[in-house]
Amino acid sequence: METLMEVGYLVALVCFVLGIKGMSDPATSNRGNLVLALGMGLAVLVTLFLPGLSNLPYILGSLVLGSVIGLRMSGQAKMTEMPQMVSLLNGFGGLAAALVALAEVVDLLYGEGLLRLLTQTSGMGSMGSYYLVFYIVTLMISLSVGGISFTGSVLAMAKLDGKVSGQPIRFPMQGLVTNGLLLAQVLLIVGMILAPTYAEPMVYLLFVLSLVYGVLFVLPIGGADMPVVISFLNSLTGLTAATTGLLFDNRAMLMGGVLVGASGVYLTVLMCNAMNRTLGAVLLGQFNASGGGAGREMNGQIREIGSYDAAVLLAYSSRVVVVPGYGMAVAQAQHPMHELEKLLVSKGVECRYAIHPVAGRMPGHMNVLLAEADVSYDLLLEMEAINPDFPQTDVVVVVGANDVVNPAAENDPGSPVYGMPILKAYQAKNIIVIKRSMAAGYAGVENELFYDPKTRMLFGDAKAVLSELIQAVKGL
Amino acid sequence: MEWSLQDLPTLINSVLPHLYLLLLAVFLGIEVIGRVPQVLHTPLMSGSNALSGVVVVGSILLVGKADQAPWPVLVLGCLSLVLATVNVVGGFAVTGRMLNMFRKKK
Repeated sequence: METLMEVGYLVALVCFVLGIKGMSDPATSNRGNLVLALGMGLAVLVTLFLPGLSNLPYILGSLVLGSVIGLRMSGQAKMTEMPQMVSLLNGFGGLAAALVALAEVVDLLYGEGLLRLLTQTSGMGSMGSYYLVFYIVTLMISLSVGGISFTGSVLAMAKLDGKVSGQPIRFPMQGLVTNGLLLAQVLLIVGMILAPTYAEPMVYLLFVLSLVYGVLFVLPIGGADMPVVISFLNSLTGLTAATTGLLFDNRAMLMGGVLVGASGVYLTVLMCNAMNRTLGAVLLGQFNASGGGAGREMNGQIREIGSYDAAVLLAYSSRVVVVPGYGMAVAQAQHPMHELEKLLVSKGVECRYAIHPVAGRMPGHMNVLLAEADVSYDLLLEMEAINPDFPQTDVVVVVGANDVVNPAAENDPGSPVYGMPILKAYQAKNIIVIKRSMAAGYAGVENELFYDPKTRMLFGDAKAVLSELIQAVKGL
Repeated sequence: MEWSLQDLPTLINSVLPHLYLLLLAVFLGIEVIGRVPQVLHTPLMSGSNALSGVVVVGSILLVGKADQAPWPVLVLGCLSLVLATVNVVGGFAVTGRMLNMFRKKK
């Protein structure tokens, strides 16, 4: 039976690897997700058949309850809310790991856990001592990192949702306090080992500190960097899964957790590269060297355009490129956008989408939204592919995007966004910017593209403006 | 507790095989997503988020051995089991919904 279980875990692990592999290719991504879920199902099933497992009614009940809640939550979330959803679920995973560690602590202190552990290590000499220390450190890492991942993810969700300001939140001596908290946690773990008599209050203090640290860790990071943070917290949850695997001597958990941790960190670095930032700078809440300055004064004037004139401009050009941004997501404007695109194509206009790596609030956010609206996959072009085409483009339509088309990233070394690769929309012959107001973008930086003589502003809610445009084009 | 440096080689020997496994898993984790296109970053993150719910196995093991343990262990265990299950099931379902939208149109 034991052997069969180990084989079962091995198969589950192979499913994990093949699943992730499958998910990194559009053609096999759906199957990859199924394979991943299958592997997870197998891992759970194998665990349920563990000899000597008691409390089966509780286990099955919790599994059913969790599945029902999970399915309901995922079914209700709108496509625009996906980043928040992922963040919240990740927080749940982190909290689950922390609670497992906390339960282990209670069992050690009040149950038979310590007795079991000591029986296991007695007669091992100093090897037993090494093992005990290793056990305690692993347990405390689970507890602390799980707690950080929980509160960090929940705050990241609140920031994306707008329930908490997306602006970086700072207070005096923030760095000192935050780093001090981290140091205090390390010292507490050392303290528990050196003075086991006082271990209990130290464990609870550690858990509280980790919860506070999770909040402080995410507070100074701006909303635009939330995807990076979520990806990072995701890999932290992977780490806790790995440490929990160590505690229970369970290979499926250990290897699965390490896989998630490693790929999570790598994905995080990929995202940072796309923004020309280092991971360190993002996590410290810094904007390059300038620390979030407002950039230089804008001169020149804003030129507005009406929907009729914009419709004429669009319908009589031959090449149009759409640059979608978070504004499109907020306004749920992907459907009218697709309708306008179809209309233009029927009039013989070539219409494509330029997707900046960090458009929206998460990499691939725009792709998911546009795919929801039935936009063909082939029309979505990544930055490197579309940038050479801008000089030959008649009209660029910027829908709710800002920083990703800001020329200051190329020509103003003093700007906070300087150095970020951008969509070279300014090279096009005409630019139409659909925008709610003249407010600055997420980075809090003025955008000189809006003052460019080739640019026309079309103010209003993206969905309403696009609907007007559709009517106007139809009427031509 | 006893401490003796003489056991250090034994310790290192017992840890090394695990270290090999861990290092290989780290490289595998990086390699396996090495060429993922931008469009799949969000679904991939969501999928690996569901996978990090593998801690559900730990919750099951915890509850499963809690028959002699004090009652808070059982309560904490069940709570963590529910949360981890939400993470896993919700995660895969959300990922599935996202990926369904990438099906080739036309």
